[in-house]
Amino acid sequence: MRTESRPAALSIEGLRVSIGGHDVLHGVDLAIEAGRVHGLAGESGSGKTMTGLAVLGLLPHGSRASGRIAFGGRDLLEMPVRELNEVRGAKIAMVFQDPATSLHPMLTVERQLTEHMRHHLGVGRKEARERAAGLLAKVRIPGPEEALRRYPHQFSGGMRQRIAIAVALACEPEVLIADEPTTALDVTVQAGILRLLRGLCDDLGLAVLLVTHDLGVMSAVADEVSVMKDGLVVETGPRGQVLREPRHPYTRSLLDALPVPPGENSP
Amino acid sequence: MTMPLTGPLLSVEDLVVEHRTPGRPVVRAVAGASLHVAAGEVVGLVGESGCGKSTLARAVCGLHGAASGRILVGGHPVTPLGLRRRDPALTGVQMVFQDPYSSLNPRRRVGAQIADGLRAAGDTAASPADLLERVGLPRAFAGRYPHEFSGGQRQRVAIARALAARPSLLIGDEPISALDASAQAQVARLMRDLAVESGAGLLFISHDLSVVRLIADRIAVMYLGKVVETGPTAEVWADPGHPYTRALLAAIPSPDGAGVLPAELPGDVPDPADPPSGCRFHPRCPLVMDVCREKEPGFGPVACWLHEPEPSSPS
Ligand SMILES: Nc1ncnc2c1ncn2[C@@H]1O[C@H](COP(=O)(O)OP(=O)(O)OP(=O)(O)O)[C@@H](O)[C@H]1O
Ligand SMILES: Nc1ncnc2c1ncn2[C@@H]1O[C@H](COP(=O)(O)OP(=O)(O)O)[C@@H](O)[C@H]1O
Ligand code: SF4
Ligand SMILES: [Mg+2]
Ligand SMILES: [Mg+2]
Repeated sequence: MRTESRPAALSIEGLRVSIGGHDVLHGVDLAIEAGRVHGLAGESGSGKTMTGLAVLGLLPHGSRASGRIAFGGRDLLEMPVRELNEVRGAKIAMVFQDPATSLHPMLTVERQLTEHMRHHLGVGRKEARERAAGLLAKVRIPGPEEALRRYPHQFSGGMRQRIAIAVALACEPEVLIADEPTTALDVTVQAGILRLLRGLCDDLGLAVLLVTHDLGVMSAVADEVSVMKDGLVVETGPRGQVLREPRHPYTRSLLDALPVPPGENSP
Repeated sequence: MTMPLTGPLLSVEDLVVEHRTPGRPVVRAVAGASLHVAAGEVVGLVGESGCGKSTLARAVCGLHGAASGRILVGGHPVTPLGLRRRDPALTGVQMVFQDPYSSLNPRRRVGAQIADGLRAAGDTAASPADLLERVGLPRAFAGRYPHEFSGGQRQRVAIARALAARPSLLIGDEPISALDASAQAQVARLMRDLAVESGAGLLFISHDLSVVRLIADRIAVMYLGKVVETGPTAEVWADPGHPYTRALLAAIPSPDGAGVLPAELPGDVPDPADPPSGCRFHPRCPLVMDVCREKEPGFGPVACWLHEPEPSSPS
C-alpha cells in the first residue's frame, strides 16, 4: 500500500513560530501524503496545535511564522489572505478537540453543513441538503434528516464532535488536520470515526494530519508517526517502527508511561 | 463535613430522571438506574455519550429532580435544589464538571474562590496556595483569574476548589476530557489520591475506559439510562459479562503498532425518548435471543438474560 514516490500533499519545512516574541516552534518539518494518515504525538505544550493553526493561517494575534508550508505548489505562508480564505475550510479543513470551536451555536446544523458546500462546491440547495444528511449518517448521527433542523446545543458533546467532523468534510478537502478529534468521544464512536477517517484516506485520497496523545489511536490508524517535543519534531517514521522500536528517548518514555495495554487480558 | 455513616456513602436506587422540553417527547435520560459508592471508594461510571451519566450526576447533586427512585447521601435522601435552602444532605457533595468555566467565576481570582470552599469547611489551617500546590500548580497562581490558565490548569483549579470544601463525596463528570492529553491520567490519579486520602468517595464519570481502569475500584457500565453491569474493575476487565461491556472493551485500540482498527459496535445509539422494548441493548446485541425483545432483564450485577442470577444458588 505504501506509495513512496507520491509527492506530499502538504509539506511543512523549517516552520518557526513566535508568539509575542517567545518562540514556540523551532523549525518543524512534516510531510503529509495523499491517502495517508500522519499521526502527531507529543508532550502538552510542545506545539502540535500551533503547527496545525499555522497551516490554516489561524495563529493567535501577535504571532510570527517563518519557514515554508507548501500546498499545491504554493507557499501558504506567502499567500494573500483572499486566496488563503479559498484554501482554508475548503481544500484544507481542521477539526478541533472541542467541537464548540468548530460549530456556530446560533446556526442550524443544516446551515453549517451546506453553506460552505454551496459556496465552495457550487451545489444547489437540494443537493447540498442531501449531501449534508449523507454526511451526518456517515458520522453516525441518528435521524440525520431531523438532525439537520437542530442547533448544536441540542446534541450531546460526542454528537457535536461528530457534526464538527461532518462540517470539516463538507467541501471534500484534500487535507484534514484533526487535533485530538476523538479525545472527547466514546470508544465505540471513536472506533467509527477512526474507520471513517481511514476510509476517507483510502477511498478519496484525503491526507490526514492526526494530532493525538492516544498511542492506541495512533497505532490503529496512522501510517506515519511523528513525535514533537519543545517545538521540534524529534522522531518520524512508519507506525510500526516508532511504536515498537522508538529511536528517541522521549518517544520511549511515552511508551513506557502507558498503563498495561488495555484489553490485554480481555477475551 | 463528616456524616453518620450507615451503609454506603451514596446510594442511587432505581432512579428515574426525565427531561421535559415543550413540544418534544419526554426524554427518560435515567431510566431506573442503581449504584452505590462507599466511603474511600472510587467508582467509575462509564457509557456512551447521551446514556445519562451527566443527568444522573446532576440528580445526585440536587441539580435535577428525580421522577422516581431514591438518592441517599450518607443515609439522607437528596431533594432537588431550587428551593431556598441547600439540602443538608448535599453539604458534603462537590462536583467537578467537564468544562471548568461552568464552575469557576470568571471575574474572581481563583484564590478567593478556593478560599470560599475552605471557609465553608471551616478550615482555617490551609490556604488557597496550599490547595493549588496539592493539585500541582504554583502557589503564586492564587492571584490569577480563570482565563489566565491553560485548559488543564483551569481544571486543576476546579479540583482544588472542590477539595477545599472537604467533601465526603466528590463527583467528577468527565473531569479530564478537556485536559490536554498528557495530563489526563495524571489528573485522574490526583483526584483519586486526594479523595481516597481524605476518606471521601469518588464517583468518576468518564467515557475514557483506560483512565477509569487506572483509578476505579469498581466500575458501573451505563447504557441508555440503565446501569447494565457493575463489578470490581479488574474482574469486569478480565471477564466482561454484558455484551455491551464486551463491545466497549473491544473498541479500545491497542498501542501495539499493528495498525488494527478497533471493533465498531453496529447500529445507532437509540433515542432515549423511544427506547427499544425488552432489553434496551437488543437491537445492537450480537447475542440477542427471543426473550430479549420482550422482557427487560431487570436484575444485576449483569442485566442480561445470559446472566440471570439463579434464585436457589447461595450468593
Ligand atoms: N494564545 C497563546 N499565547 C501565547 N502562547 C501560547 C498561546 N497558545 C499557545 N501558546 C504556547 O505555545 C506553545 C505550544 O502550544 P500548543 O497549543 O501548540 O501545544 P500542544 O502541543 O497542542 O499542546 P496540548 O497537547 O496541550 O494541546 C506552548 O508553550 C503554549 O503555552
Ligand atoms: N436539558 C436537557 N433537555 C432535554 N434533554 C436533555 C437535556 N440534557 C440531556 N438531555 C438528554 O438526556 C439524555 C442523557 O443525557 P446526558 O445525561 O447528558 O448523557 P451523558 O452525560 O451520558 O452523555 C440524552 O438523550 C440527552 O440528549
Ligand atoms: S439481554 Fe439479550 S439482547 Fe440484552 S444484552 Fe443480554 S443477550 Fe443481548
Ligand atoms: Mg493542542
Ligand atoms: Mg455528560
